[in-house]
Amino acid sequence: MSVVSALGHGGGSGTPAPAPARRARGGAYLLLAPGLLYLGLFFVVPVFALLVTSLYVPVPGGDVGQFQPAFEWQNYTRSLETYWPQLVRSFSYAAIATILAFCIGYPMAYTIAVKARGRPFLQAMLLVLVIAPFFTSFILRTVAWKQILADEGFVVAALKALAVIPPDGRLTATSVAVVAGLTYNFLPFMTLPIYANLERLDPRLIEAGADLYANGPTTFWRVTLPMSMPGVVSGTLLTFIPASGDFVNSVLLGNNSTTMIGQVIDSRFFKVSDYPTAAALSFVLMMAILVLVAAYIRRAGTEELL
Amino acid sequence: MKRPLPSDPVVRAIVRAQLAQRSQVSRRSVLQTGAGVAGMGALLAACGTGGAPSGEATATGGAVQDVSESDPTVNWANWTLYLDYDDQSQTYPTLEAFTEQTGIEVNYAEDIEDNDSYYGRVQGQLANGQDIGQDIVTLTDWMAARMIRLGYTQELDKANIPNWENILPGLRDVSFDPGRQHSLTWQSGFAGLAWNKEAVPGGMRSVSDLWNPDLAGRVEVLSEMRDTVGLIMLDQGVDPSSDDWGDDEFFAALEVLEQQISSGQIRQVKGNSYAEDLVSGDALAVIGWSGDITVLNFENGDNWEFLLPEAGGTLWSDNLMVPVGSPRKTNAETLMNYYYDPVVAAEVAAYVNYICPVQGAYEEMLNLDPELAENQLIFPNEETLSRAYVFRALTPEEETRYNTEFQSVIGN
Repeated sequence: MSVVSALGHGGGSGTPAPAPARRARGGAYLLLAPGLLYLGLFFVVPVFALLVTSLYVPVPGGDVGQFQPAFEWQNYTRSLETYWPQLVRSFSYAAIATILAFCIGYPMAYTIAVKARGRPFLQAMLLVLVIAPFFTSFILRTVAWKQILADEGFVVAALKALAVIPPDGRLTATSVAVVAGLTYNFLPFMTLPIYANLERLDPRLIEAGADLYANGPTTFWRVTLPMSMPGVVSGTLLTFIPASGDFVNSVLLGNNSTTMIGQVIDSRFFKVSDYPTAAALSFVLMMAILVLVAAYIRRAGTEELL
Repeated sequence: MKRPLPSDPVVRAIVRAQLAQRSQVSRRSVLQTGAGVAGMGALLAACGTGGAPSGEATATGGAVQDVSESDPTVNWANWTLYLDYDDQSQTYPTLEAFTEQTGIEVNYAEDIEDNDSYYGRVQGQLANGQDIGQDIVTLTDWMAARMIRLGYTQELDKANIPNWENILPGLRDVSFDPGRQHSLTWQSGFAGLAWNKEAVPGGMRSVSDLWNPDLAGRVEVLSEMRDTVGLIMLDQGVDPSSDDWGDDEFFAALEVLEQQISSGQIRQVKGNSYAEDLVSGDALAVIGWSGDITVLNFENGDNWEFLLPEAGGTLWSDNLMVPVGSPRKTNAETLMNYYYDPVVAAEVAAYVNYICPVQGAYEEMLNLDPELAENQLIFPNEETLSRAYVFRALTPEEETRYNTEFQSVIGN
């Protein structure tokens, strides 16, 4: 802002001082306009349409998929009564997957950012490995998982030989496979923010910890981990939110007892043409995520996100 | 004969994916990349027309001016890989010939990937009697029934389709369109039993054979209600094509499904991906579609057997219809007439490997490819057809209720 006003002063000799500043502010709003317009058009309007649709009632005596405007709030209670198990399941799977992704992703990020520090080539190679899966569609990768975990595959055979799973056991079409798939698919979203954060970690702070006679684990626990919390918070959000709405993993790796809420919304919409219930469930999902995330951020502190 | 797959591995993979899509499943499959976008469109469409009074059809067919004379084109929306295609020239030979014969240009669009999502996309315009940009749409029986019921289709002028008389007798008077006033069959297929010949050396005879404890956890059935429930109903001695069954029979069949799912006998209830599971070996026996098994055997070695159970299997068809608002109905009818010519029908059948609905195409196929002519899944004989049943039309109320119950049994 100061640069802009300085330029303004230089340019117009007779112009009163405040005018350029005001013009600059107008310019800033103008720059913001495309973003606001975009959000308004593609977020606010659809969300409003969603809310309106969620209150529709079937046309009396009408055909499949015909509804009329109403204020049927029971759509919400009815949806929740029927589909709370799928909703709870979605959040549980997402939570487990987030924790697992953290347990796997943090050491990975730490290795790349801290252990490989000063070796840019190695760092770059490791980062490419983390990002490489994005080069292929995640649906294809999940289908590949299905092949790897297939009953006749080597993974199941090995686990059976080690008696980890019973002789008639299987991996695909189980909740284990769904959670594993979620963890795998969202791992980079956990790893990268933590990496970005640890990468900026000032090594002098760790040295200071050692100077104060803290051993390795204590330094990690008291210095590194708290310092990397912003990365952890954004990583968990980037993992948890999409994971709870995901249905691809459950469709491909699960079966009919691992149904997640995304599948229900899809089936209500496309199979049963029950648009109000689909809309109500989408809205509930959105609100539930909003509440969970708000509670989480409140606990973790918003400044961590910056 | 069926075209050999291209040698390039990438192209091959794409063609395979499309072949898989061609099967009926993917039409209802959940995992379309465009589903989200289509879904939003459908949602907005639903909002836009939600208030329109329903029940009485908004068919404005008579009001539309037919411009076929002055505008010699026809727009046709169909499923992927559902028409003979020549890789070399990248054209559809029968369409080229049609244009040559009649001077009518065809804009052929592989636009339909799923009955429900396509319907969701165009329903708003149809309800207002608007032109959806297509003069022919190709939709499956039950969706065709809904379209016709709602008055979203135009009545066909049979004078322009003399060849329609060639339609197989069994398809002439379907319950949703007696006498074929609004629709003509494009292709048909069976739902029946399929199994891995190595794993089930004794073969199978009835749906009950799927519940054999040896197959526990290795059985999959279709997520298409009419096929899975229809086959179980047949196994219980109920004819799903007749009008004299109702809730009792439906729920008796659904109960069997529920039991087999909760006992773990049925591993999964799926759309077209059951074919992948047959290949990977996760599924050893399934309720599946005839066309898929033909393709699987062609691509992965002759490992699977398809059978219409002795009690019977279901028969589905996709139907050509002219949507309301299309101003080129005469051109559309000319095209339908062309494809009901047995010679042309045989050419298409040789490519798509589904049941050809045109009488006389069999004789043509005997010249073209005798081996294919004997394939019961393409040219079923009387005996085979006597075991195939078309699921009866459901009332809107039944459709919603049955679908809801079925979806809840399969976990949705």
